[in-house]
Amino acid sequence: MSPRLSGDNLFKTLTALLAVSAAAILMITAYELFVGSLPVLQKFGIYFFTGTKWNPVQTMVNPEIYGALPYLLGTLVTSAIALLIGVPLSIGIAIFLVEMAPRTLRVSVSYLVDMLAAVPSVIYGLWGYFVLRFWLLDYVEIPLSRYLGWIPIFGGTPQGLDVLNGGVILAIMIIPTVSSISREVIQAVPNSIREGAYSIGATKWEVIRNWVLSYGRSGIFGAVILGLGRAVGETMAVTMVIGNTIGPSAIPTSLFKPSQTMASLIANNFLEATPGTLELSAYIGIGLFLLLLSLSINVIAQVMVTRVLKVKGGAVE
Amino acid sequence: MAGFESENAGMNENMDDVKTSNMQNSVPTGIKIQTINLNAWFGAKQALKDINLSIKANAVTAIIGPSGCGKSTFVRCLNRMHELVPGSRSSGKVLLDGQNIYSKEVDPVLIRRRVGMVFQKPNPFPTMSIHDNVAAGLRLTGLKKGKNLDEVVRHSLEQATLWDEVKDDMKKPGTSISGGQQQRLCIARAIALQPEVILMDEPCSALDPAATAKIEELIVTLKEDYTVVVVTHNMQQAARVSDFTAFLYVGELIEYGSTWSIFENPKSELTEKYITGRFG
Amino acid sequence: MTSYTYRKFKNKLFLALSLGCVIIAAVPLLSILIEVILKGAPELSIKFLTQTGGVIGSSDAGGIGPAIQGTLILIGLTCLISMPFGVMSGIFLAEHGNNKYTSAYAAWMRIFNNALTGVPSIVVGITVFAVVVLTLGHYSPLAGAVALSFIAIPIVARTTEESLKLVPNSVREASLALGVRNWRTTVSVVLPDARKGLVTGALLATARIAGETAPLLMTILGGQYFSQGFGQPMDALPLRIYRDAFLPYSNFQAQAWGAALFLILIVLSLNIGVRAASSGWLRK
Repeated sequence: MSPRLSGDNLFKTLTALLAVSAAAILMITAYELFVGSLPVLQKFGIYFFTGTKWNPVQTMVNPEIYGALPYLLGTLVTSAIALLIGVPLSIGIAIFLVEMAPRTLRVSVSYLVDMLAAVPSVIYGLWGYFVLRFWLLDYVEIPLSRYLGWIPIFGGTPQGLDVLNGGVILAIMIIPTVSSISREVIQAVPNSIREGAYSIGATKWEVIRNWVLSYGRSGIFGAVILGLGRAVGETMAVTMVIGNTIGPSAIPTSLFKPSQTMASLIANNFLEATPGTLELSAYIGIGLFLLLLSLSINVIAQVMVTRVLKVKGGAVE
Repeated sequence: MAGFESENAGMNENMDDVKTSNMQNSVPTGIKIQTINLNAWFGAKQALKDINLSIKANAVTAIIGPSGCGKSTFVRCLNRMHELVPGSRSSGKVLLDGQNIYSKEVDPVLIRRRVGMVFQKPNPFPTMSIHDNVAAGLRLTGLKKGKNLDEVVRHSLEQATLWDEVKDDMKKPGTSISGGQQQRLCIARAIALQPEVILMDEPCSALDPAATAKIEELIVTLKEDYTVVVVTHNMQQAARVSDFTAFLYVGELIEYGSTWSIFENPKSELTEKYITGRFG
Repeated sequence: MTSYTYRKFKNKLFLALSLGCVIIAAVPLLSILIEVILKGAPELSIKFLTQTGGVIGSSDAGGIGPAIQGTLILIGLTCLISMPFGVMSGIFLAEHGNNKYTSAYAAWMRIFNNALTGVPSIVVGITVFAVVVLTLGHYSPLAGAVALSFIAIPIVARTTEESLKLVPNSVREASLALGVRNWRTTVSVVLPDARKGLVTGALLATARIAGETAPLLMTILGGQYFSQGFGQPMDALPLRIYRDAFLPYSNFQAQAWGAALFLILIVLSLNIGVRAASSGWLRK
């Protein structure tokens, strides 16, 4: 057999070609989304990204129009809530696992976190719709609305299926991601730094707060961004608890308002649109928007995290 | 040596007393730290066996012995750093000015302020400037920004003979200086808290000869204000800098006395073998 | 309060708060498990697991047979599609990732692989809708499997690469020294040695895709009937849960819980399988 055609070269080429799968899938995705959204982008231009009206049915009084801003805001606000609640919880768990837990507890808590990651999104949604909704209503939303309802973000009549519910569910769902990466980052902090800190008479918490977290801050920040990426792309759980409104009323002006995220809009309405219409193009446009947002967040996060974890111990050591 | 023998005999007698009395308030003069039946384990492995040693105040005591003999472990028991290792254990007493640092009411955090430590590999805090490295311990106890803080920082760096070399670079990260300078920075960091004892775990083993010489000079000057305990695997170093020397072997204290007597007139055959380089 | 007692107090407080975070995170998990078991267990029966769904609105909610069948079909098809692509990618990245001619290419492929894991699953659904459903002219299990494969391939590729990298070089060298060709070494020697990791990767990917709902919405559509081949829409467990949950009939909502229980059992057993198969291999 000539060297060119040897089994080795064939195999190598075969695997190299198949390795392109991920890139190919990404290219196909980008292509389909671009092509599919051209109609709506051409027709509405910048309004698609900054406008708030959304009307698929052309009538005499109301023209067909598509503006994605409310859903972008919905995505951002629910993700922000997810980070506000989920990140401190995740870092607390990571600190507990690395700095505090005895070996047996460490294993069980890891299982706990892994199980949280294993629950499918639709089941989080199911639980959020039938259980969390009433918890939030009774213990959080109604009291807050009664006493602090004059503050805008607590305004409106709480119904349970709203921005807050979405944010809380997302917070729970990002805990596995953020906590496990934070855990690796904290573990990678060299022991010599801890020893130095203990030796000058620092308490355990002071060692953690002033030195360990400080040393690992860029890695933890990367973990947070990854969590953000996860929150932005999450669909089913949010769809089931966010209340599903359309148009300007979907703008999340209050925690207790029902709203809509980019992902939930697609999940709720994609099947309503007829292929080939402007309406379908609008949903594909939302998908494109969502893809660009998620991809940029995830790429930034991956770069940050790999940089910190690969250069174990940081650049100065 | 006559003087040494009577010292030794005195310690033996006193130990029985100490074992039966609760608090030793009047301590044999000049003794800063006394360990009584100190044992230490890493999991199941015993690293120290019944160490009974008295460390004199305002003197430099060297701990020598072959690798693995427990020197580092011993010194880490003196400021309760040993217990930070998961699975570690210790028993016995360590009296600092007569008070057992291992008794239940004592907080290790406070002990570590009184007994400072410098490590084998210099470990200045990389996320802090040179100034903040030295100030770190002070900031913990509430001494915030201000002239006071800066003065203490300067004084500590002067004592560590580092001030002149870094005074214009105080804002640079603690790791931006050479290895020898980093170690002196760590010494300054420990000194800033005005401890009573400074423990040094092979402080020069990661440094070049010039840096080592500087630090050895420094050690000798430190004993004026502090009690110094230096762990070293370099016997010549021990002979150069210390007043008293303890020889550890496989976790046991083989011999202890003035440096002169250990090196010129060792009592134990094992000590002699080690000193003359037959092993270790 | 002196500075020292304040420090001690802060120490105790924050360490307790860290423990508190663990407890707070456990609450939703426990609640989900309890609710699913309490509300779903009463539904489980042979009839429930094998019958088709009842007429919506009637008193007989029927069963979730088609959904279970759909999920199993999807798992099978997805593995069939994603394993070859994923494993071969992983082989390439592991065996040729450090070669000076191909390492830049491999590095880029790895970047794309990681990027793909960041694509939201609903976007995958849109893409496959455009590529497969519109081309075929109808919803199909094939479309669903392709969509799930888009999600599974990067997972399989990454776990394959990592488990191949764990095989010590000495194993490869021994085989090469015996005169076995490179590709043969990889296939017959290295791959079997890494099979624990490969199985783990497959289980991991399966556990992930079994619970995916969004990409199925516009690829297999869902429905009340057992699958009738590649030309018709199909149901699946996650879809059934989603649809039944929002029906205004309590017997159908109860079905959603039953289906959720069944799905969680599948996913959890797959995860336990991962733990069993890997024990010690996984980084965490």
